[in-house]
Amino acid sequence: MTALLEVRDLRVAFGAAAAVDGVSFTVAPGETLGLVGESGCGKSTTALALMRLLHGAVTGGSAHFDGRDLLALDRPAMRGVRGAEIAMIFQDPGTALHPLIRVGEQVTEAIRAHQAVSAAVARARALDLFRQVGIATPELRLRAYPHQLSGGMCQRVMIAAAIACSPRLLLADEPTTALDVTVQAQILELLQTISRATGMAVILITHDLGVVAGMADRVAVMYAGRIVEMAPTAALFAAPAHPYTRGLLGAVPRLDQGWDDELPIIPGSVATAIAASGCRFAPRCPRADRSCRATPPLAPVAEGHLAACWHSG
Amino acid sequence: MLRYLGGRIGQSLLLLLGVSVIGFALMHLAPGGPLAVYTLNPTVTAQDIARVKHEFGLDQPVHVQYVKWAFGLLTGNWGYSFFGGRPVGGIVLERLPATLELMGSSLALALIIGIASGIVAAVRRNTVIDYATTTLAMLALSLPTFWFGLLGIYVFAQTLGWLPAGGMASTGGGGVPDRLRHLLLPMLVLGFVLVAQWSRYTRSAMLEILSQDYIRTAEAKGLRPMRVLLGHGLRAALVPLVTLAGLQLPLLVGGALVTETVFSWPGMGLLFVNALGTRDYPVLMAILMVGALVVVVGNLLADIAVAVIDPRIRLTHV
Repeated sequence: MTALLEVRDLRVAFGAAAAVDGVSFTVAPGETLGLVGESGCGKSTTALALMRLLHGAVTGGSAHFDGRDLLALDRPAMRGVRGAEIAMIFQDPGTALHPLIRVGEQVTEAIRAHQAVSAAVARARALDLFRQVGIATPELRLRAYPHQLSGGMCQRVMIAAAIACSPRLLLADEPTTALDVTVQAQILELLQTISRATGMAVILITHDLGVVAGMADRVAVMYAGRIVEMAPTAALFAAPAHPYTRGLLGAVPRLDQGWDDELPIIPGSVATAIAASGCRFAPRCPRADRSCRATPPLAPVAEGHLAACWHSG
Repeated sequence: MLRYLGGRIGQSLLLLLGVSVIGFALMHLAPGGPLAVYTLNPTVTAQDIARVKHEFGLDQPVHVQYVKWAFGLLTGNWGYSFFGGRPVGGIVLERLPATLELMGSSLALALIIGIASGIVAAVRRNTVIDYATTTLAMLALSLPTFWFGLLGIYVFAQTLGWLPAGGMASTGGGGVPDRLRHLLLPMLVLGFVLVAQWSRYTRSAMLEILSQDYIRTAEAKGLRPMRVLLGHGLRAALVPLVTLAGLQLPLLVGGALVTETVFSWPGMGLLFVNALGTRDYPVLMAILMVGALVVVVGNLLADIAVAVIDPRIRLTHV
């Protein structure tokens, strides 16, 4: 199967600081890829770089989407991709929607940006989309302003606008982080339903391993601007190969743990990684030794399972 | 919404009352008076002055004068000029169109050039264009209006001879082109400082808005840059900008006063300055009240406009 998106050696730098440092991955049509890592590891930057929405950043590498390199397209061509073929939703729907524009118009303008349809047709489509994303009394909601809707409802509006032009890839940047736990599950379920029904691929960016476990076909774990492990979701959870992934999984609190037991953590912080040469996780890694002074390549440890660690073999 | 409006109108009326009391008191507290010029005239006796004072009602206590004046104002009798005896209402109203023409055209100029240059400066921040508009705006804000007026007259009227030095039309009337030639220089001079304010204000408002999440959303939808900038960016900037328009009105009224004096523009500002020299209380008070009314009504309209633009405002007041 040919990949829908093939990212090769993506690099993003703000000034001298490299936020993304040589990231490569592929996404197949209809596939959901989870992009996991802690704050500041470069997940969101990767997604924004693919959409070319980073202003003032230097990007390198390539990202072939359906045969075209997104990073090399001219501005009008890229504008034609945004919203139409690749759509994006964001973490906080409360700030991602324009506060002074009715939500219906925020959906119809996404349609009319790419398709020459009348206002009435666009409105009818928006109404359909609102029903599709599970907004009750959609006729009324079209005329509402974002502040009149709940956070979960706003995220449904964002999703409606994102899928308005039937994109083939959706970049979902922490789509449930700002929402209540009960609403989180509904939104994830909605994304999964849409993805299955339309064959839309999803890159799901999250720091929440629980989210990828339920949603993603494959998972890529990022640390300090690099992918350190990539595997089918079940394989990753069953046999994590990279010490960082193991640390992340170990740090998930468990219900059967005693109240007084200390929560397992990964010592140190991601800030120490920037200066490190060789393996960036080495300063925090329990297994680090002399060999970690050289950068480990992302190498196969099992069928479809890659890890960047000298000790994972 | 209605309750909000009612409250705001009530506030405005109270404000106008305060302006009238303070204005009236300050005017009568100021040394001298309409009859001060005659005290040095040897042919006018103290009895003459006392008689005229009595006729004008100036010998009564200030609060009695105020009540009489205020009652007259409310019933449509704005009093009579101390000099010439014409009804004040007529004197002021015949000057109003000239002032509105000057203020309106300057404001329109300021809105168009100020907002456009502010947007460009924000989008092209830290470039030559940004620095140039910043420098020009600082120049306009740091030098007084009358200085620009005199400079304009010196350069364009006296040295180059392109434009008339003052007045509203050539002697014997003149058509629309003639009136526009007369309007150009005063409009530019009055508008210059307003353009600078709008430009600076638009720039900072747009800078803040362009970094907002919803602008990134608009870009992510693949909207055209102009649509992102104007449909989403400027739309959000309208709230602070409309508020600025309301706040700017006093500056506009004050600037019109100076500009009209420099260019002998026959509006209310020139009338005010002349009436100030002769302490023509009824005329001064009438202009003061009209000016205050313009500012208060302008601010009220700005507040209503903000409530219309930003649906979140209505909720907090209803």
